[in-house]
Amino acid sequence: MTTAAALGSVADTVRRIADGEVTAAALVEPAIERIASGDGELGAFLAFDPTGARAAAAAVDRQRAAGVPLPPLAGVLVTLKDNLVTAGLPTTAGSKILAGWIPPYDATVVERLRAAGAIILGKVNCDEFGMGSSTERSAFKLTRNPWDPARVPGGSSGGSAAAVAAGMCIGSLGTDTGGSIRQPAAFCGVVGVKPTYGRVSRHGVIAFASSLDQVGPLARTVADAAAILQVIAGHDPRDGTSINAPVPAYAAALAAGVAGLKIGLPREYFEVELEPGVREALDRTIAALRDRGAAMTPVSLPHTELALPAYYLIAPAEASSNLSRYDGIRYGVRADAQDLLDVYRRTRGAGFGPEVKRRIMLGTYALRSGYYDAYYKKAQQVRTLIKRDFDAAFAQVDVLLTPTTPTAAFPFGAKSTPLEMYAADVFTLSCNLAGLPGLSVPCGLTAEGLPVGAQLLGKPLDEATLLRAGAAIEAAVGLGDRRPGGARGPGGASP
Amino acid sequence: MATLTRKEVEDIALLARLHLEPPELDAMQEELGAILAHFRTIAVVDTSDVPPMTHAVPMDAPLRVDVPEPSLPAAEALRAAPRRDGDLFVVPAVITGPSGPS
Repeated sequence: MTTAAALGSVADTVRRIADGEVTAAALVEPAIERIASGDGELGAFLAFDPTGARAAAAAVDRQRAAGVPLPPLAGVLVTLKDNLVTAGLPTTAGSKILAGWIPPYDATVVERLRAAGAIILGKVNCDEFGMGSSTERSAFKLTRNPWDPARVPGGSSGGSAAAVAAGMCIGSLGTDTGGSIRQPAAFCGVVGVKPTYGRVSRHGVIAFASSLDQVGPLARTVADAAAILQVIAGHDPRDGTSINAPVPAYAAALAAGVAGLKIGLPREYFEVELEPGVREALDRTIAALRDRGAAMTPVSLPHTELALPAYYLIAPAEASSNLSRYDGIRYGVRADAQDLLDVYRRTRGAGFGPEVKRRIMLGTYALRSGYYDAYYKKAQQVRTLIKRDFDAAFAQVDVLLTPTTPTAAFPFGAKSTPLEMYAADVFTLSCNLAGLPGLSVPCGLTAEGLPVGAQLLGKPLDEATLLRAGAAIEAAVGLGDRRPGGARGPGGASP
Repeated sequence: MATLTRKEVEDIALLARLHLEPPELDAMQEELGAILAHFRTIAVVDTSDVPPMTHAVPMDAPLRVDVPEPSLPAAEALRAAPRRDGDLFVVPAVITGPSGPS
């Protein structure tokens, strides 16, 4: 666990390099070693890039030597979910249909990380095209949960969450279409932020469901997640849905505390069956926030139970359209066949995995002529009802608190049917349907020693309040220096 | 109980341009049927006066200044092509004559 101890916070890293205490090159070498020796067991990486990482570190060290002011993430070690395109680095989105593809450009978020001095260690595993809740649907490998290798890391950004939790990087970018940042963050005991729809550019994100997808950071602490969000947030003219609004200084919100903050507890999220360890952790979180002066108010989001069926019509419908581009013609894998129709059918039949095929079929069914009103339009109307629920709640409170997931991380193979797997996202989907920002922050461990996540949902573009409340939860009931495998981080003793 | 016929599943697979092997068609028939049955819960919701959501965050369609900007060079765009001939993507015959593919 030497690297876990060596990886400090974003702020510490930048300060130590600026002060000349350490070079970026000296930070990157143990991280490379740790990944080379430890990732075989963890299974987080799909493309490991020590050469690129060393070059980025050398660039930071040259800036320091030249006396140039260091950018905000100088020397910060990061990984990227493999559905973010990277110039010169293989990008598969966890799918065989893109095996070996090397994109010709960087996603906007990748460009921004590079410009901010971040050191990209590589691309990490995910469910194929982001469709899954356990990373078991990757076409390439399983990723293990660092807290218990017999359990999933969550998904679809499971590689990101596992790599951060295992101390292989300080932060990672994931994407969240129905909970794919927040759910793995909860399962792996890290912080995950799903920004407001439009807050972060989707240019260069391999599309799953375009009206729901957002990129966001996963990191060990709220402050680190805030620092990364600060760099990636903001308008991008290359994304037509990017919001042109100023980005506040997130770090300024972190120390504000929760005194006087009105926090809503949506009863529909607490009335369902929760694993006892999850319920106990949430009860402690609520008590701690009340002790610190927050006003806890019960609220109702009456259409919550409709979110799951609405989501699983809208997301597959959009996916069936988005994934029509994988036809074996311009890039990716092509199957041999006599005529064009057969090239399409054979390429897609061989290249997509079972869950992706299932969702393409579901989406094609829902969008079929004569069925559109009954399925897709109906689901979009339900989406309006869900948004109205949130509008009414936010007229009374500043932020909502819920569990991120009904259970802690589950064992491999535990969800045997598609519907069981879909239910793992029951608390995270509404946020995407309504376009709101959401955050998951660790709020304790179950009796079995597995992390539990508390989810905060906020008003559009009010990420700052989520980070403020998240920092308060972290300080009161967070994991502190507890690490997977019983190891402790900087300042703690290793048992 | 499957709520989709085998023929419907085959039709959807063709529309989706997916070749599915017979065991996949069997599984799809059962699973899609179960999923769709579950999703019929939204059919009973009264949405007669509810507009469908078109965008989570209201915004105008953005316009940019109408001037040419650099785009991906042809060599870059073609680099990952599974089959190519010079600056062209190679595909099987699209237009068929009376005696089959020409």
